[in-house]
Amino acid sequence: MNHKYIPHTESDINEMLEKIKVSSIKELFKEIPEKVKLNRDYDLPSSLSEIEVEAKIAELTNMDQTDLTCFVGAGSYDHYIPSIIKHLTSRSEFYTAYTPYQPEVAQGTLQYIFEFQTMMTELTNMDVCNASMYDGATSCAESIVMAVNQTRRNKVLISSALNPYTIETIKTYAHFRGYEIIMLANDSGLLSTNDLASKLDKDVACVVLSNPNFYGLIENPSEYVEKIHENKSLLIMMVNPLSMALLKTPGEIGADIVCGEAQTLGIPLSFGGPYLGFICTTKKYMRKMPGRICGQTTDVDGKRAFVLTLQAREQHIRRDKANSNICSNQSLNALAATIYLATMGKQGVVEVCEQNLQKAHYAYENIISLPQFETVFEQPFFNEFVVKSTIDYQVIKEALLKEKMISGLHLGEFDESLKNHLLFCVTEKRTKAEIDKLVQVLGGLK
Amino acid sequence: MRNYDKLIFELSKTNRKGYSLPKLDVETKAIKTLIPDDLLRKNENQLPEVSENDVMRHYVNISNKNYGVDTGFYPLGSCTMKYNPKINEDMAAKFNLLHPFQDEETVQGALKLMYELGKYLAEITGMGKFSLSPFAGAHGELTGLMIMKAYHEKNQDFKRTKIIVPDSAHGTNPASAVVAGFDVVEIKSNEDGTVNIESLKEALSDEIAGIMLTNPNTLGIFEKDIVEITELVHDSGGLLYYDGANLNAIMGEARPGDMGFDIIHLNLHKTFSTPHGGGGPGSGPVGVCEKLAKFLPKPEIKFADNKYSVNYDLPDSIGKIGNFYGNFGIMVRAYTYILSMGKEGLRHASQIAVLNANYLQNMLKDDYLLPIDNICKHEFVLSGLKDKTTGVTALDIAKALLDYGFHAPTIYFPLIVDQALMIEPTETESIEMLNEFVYYMKEIARIAKEDPEYLKNAPYNTPVRRLDEATAARNPILRYQVDNA
Repeated sequence: MNHKYIPHTESDINEMLEKIKVSSIKELFKEIPEKVKLNRDYDLPSSLSEIEVEAKIAELTNMDQTDLTCFVGAGSYDHYIPSIIKHLTSRSEFYTAYTPYQPEVAQGTLQYIFEFQTMMTELTNMDVCNASMYDGATSCAESIVMAVNQTRRNKVLISSALNPYTIETIKTYAHFRGYEIIMLANDSGLLSTNDLASKLDKDVACVVLSNPNFYGLIENPSEYVEKIHENKSLLIMMVNPLSMALLKTPGEIGADIVCGEAQTLGIPLSFGGPYLGFICTTKKYMRKMPGRICGQTTDVDGKRAFVLTLQAREQHIRRDKANSNICSNQSLNALAATIYLATMGKQGVVEVCEQNLQKAHYAYENIISLPQFETVFEQPFFNEFVVKSTIDYQVIKEALLKEKMISGLHLGEFDESLKNHLLFCVTEKRTKAEIDKLVQVLGGLK
Repeated sequence: MRNYDKLIFELSKTNRKGYSLPKLDVETKAIKTLIPDDLLRKNENQLPEVSENDVMRHYVNISNKNYGVDTGFYPLGSCTMKYNPKINEDMAAKFNLLHPFQDEETVQGALKLMYELGKYLAEITGMGKFSLSPFAGAHGELTGLMIMKAYHEKNQDFKRTKIIVPDSAHGTNPASAVVAGFDVVEIKSNEDGTVNIESLKEALSDEIAGIMLTNPNTLGIFEKDIVEITELVHDSGGLLYYDGANLNAIMGEARPGDMGFDIIHLNLHKTFSTPHGGGGPGSGPVGVCEKLAKFLPKPEIKFADNKYSVNYDLPDSIGKIGNFYGNFGIMVRAYTYILSMGKEGLRHASQIAVLNANYLQNMLKDDYLLPIDNICKHEFVLSGLKDKTTGVTALDIAKALLDYGFHAPTIYFPLIVDQALMIEPTETESIEMLNEFVYYMKEIARIAKEDPEYLKNAPYNTPVRRLDEATAARNPILRYQVDNA
């Protein structure tokens, strides 16, 4: 057969077989025992041309609705993505490259990782950042592994106001490692300091919270970080890195490990992935950090250059003694985030945050002024907020969908006590007209 | 720009701007009335201030210092650096606007794609059911091992705490086993990297949860005793894990499921042509035999009553392993690839990948030591130069290749071969490209005899030359110090 991705002509194949003194391609597979040989064709479609492939994918995309106005977040955010990002990430030199294990021909990749690490530490005010993790949830689970290894303690305290999917992911990892997971109660939507005080004992490796938390609220760990440290436990903060341009940073708070989902930095929704996890920490703990890290050095001519470093932590060197099993990460999305942060720059990230804050508050004020909705938490929030409705969630969802809007997330799905509580998200992309329309539809519900 | 050597921070100028945002059109309030001052950031961020053109030129210029599959031949063993079809990228972008919490009815196409891809992968590998959730190969390994543990726990068999890993295995195998909470028992392989049946028998016991294998193994040799191996492990109550990194060798010829494997992961960024992205994102779907299907991670994509849906009601599942459904964009690329190749094309790909590897192996064995001189599958391992008197190492050979416009092979892996050069040509390289590679490999062998010092200092023509890696690790500089600019 002849396929456009495989350059071999009939005569090439014959010439090569002759060279290796083998009579047929079949002979190259002769040591496969008869018992396990597949003596039939795959039960799959036959090869399609490019036109046919496009048509087949169009059949699928026609079954999707992409013209909806997004008022949901909860771990995946509809932010503005500068056009320049796709033009750069689609350069072959970046996206068809392998992991930069041969630094002499991978300075492009290594340099953007170094820039990414710098920008992420700039946002979080931490000392070091790794080259990326898979996503927010796994970055949090791996941060916990890091804290347990560092402290040699086995108990993990987790805020109940963490994203429920992240909590589930943590529990999966913890179950197989034999960690004890203890949930901390909320108090008015924030981590309960009383509950923390009562559970913080000598076996606690770390306290995990997110900021903003799952309900969009801004936690205040400065109130209890000292108590955590006095107990020789670590504070892990899971953050939305974009919001760090506005909010008190983990570095200012005194967090030990910072992780999170950086999809907010120029990465498309793409039905949940690929996204971008990351871990930042202090110099003190950097050798316990999982994942690749890029460092600056010089070449033999004294030229500044970049290279993967501290590799004695990693699986390809240490095998079963490695800090983590992670190998592939989300490098190309780290490039997208780097370009995003370069493009938005020092002022742009602040302006984006302020727009999120103002627009979300405008939407919130207008929604809670409706008779069908009431406020749930009185705490300050960033770009997500919870409201309680007297109308059934299904009715709300369908009414909004009819007007081409995606409703806020129904929290009753995760917690029965939060029936008809909705978590809305309003980013800088939403216009006043869109928000007004949302409020209008919600206000017309019966 | 020649010799471009700036960091983006070094282009920064106060009040230069690379973005535009609409004017804020809602009524605003003073920020401090919305968020108390003590919850706000105090220090100024030091991100760069650059124009859009600055950003564009900067990243184009640093991209020029990279080598990719689209630049040239990438003979990296175990990495399957095949051509990344462009249509894959276009198709993936068509799903960019879908939010994972959109109503199911509005994402039927995306769900159908995942459902069908799972079915296709099950057919290709002979497994019962797939989960597409794992984000990468190592994440797939971890997921698979968690499933193995969940299976034994469900059987109240708590003694099985150990995993057998051959010494020829990928480094992720033992690392994943530890992350999944197992102890690792390493067994010695035969010289050709195949499983030593006697060591296996000795290692098997009622404490063994299972074994991790790749077939063909990391030396590119097919385990001809695979049926005996799977029977031995199953008879002792263990399960078999298949590391799918090397699946590109056997598509259409043999299936891990038919060999008796219980759990496998695939690397969509290897066999299924999705790009490596400079280290990721990849995708590591996990397939299992029917009896293990109930342990797969949450959620599953279901098809019933003519509707695709996301099902979380899976009481025996190991649980969630990430926030949403995995690296969906990568799944679209792999699905597109399978459509483009079709059943005939996938088989043809493996056949030609194996032909290419055997051709290269044959052409290089006069100058390089070929420890296993036998028919290989998709890759083979050389043990440095045949002439051992030159002092030229695998590293030197790798660096010299960079000068000639090739990427280096995988070196010093597998660990069981001295001075290993692991070469995987893939099916997308032509005979002309292979011949050119052979020409330069022979050239390197010639120079090694005449002027080994020359090779010890290679490369010469790359954007940077050999790096001082020791200092980088001893005095780590892991970020740019903006303040010192």
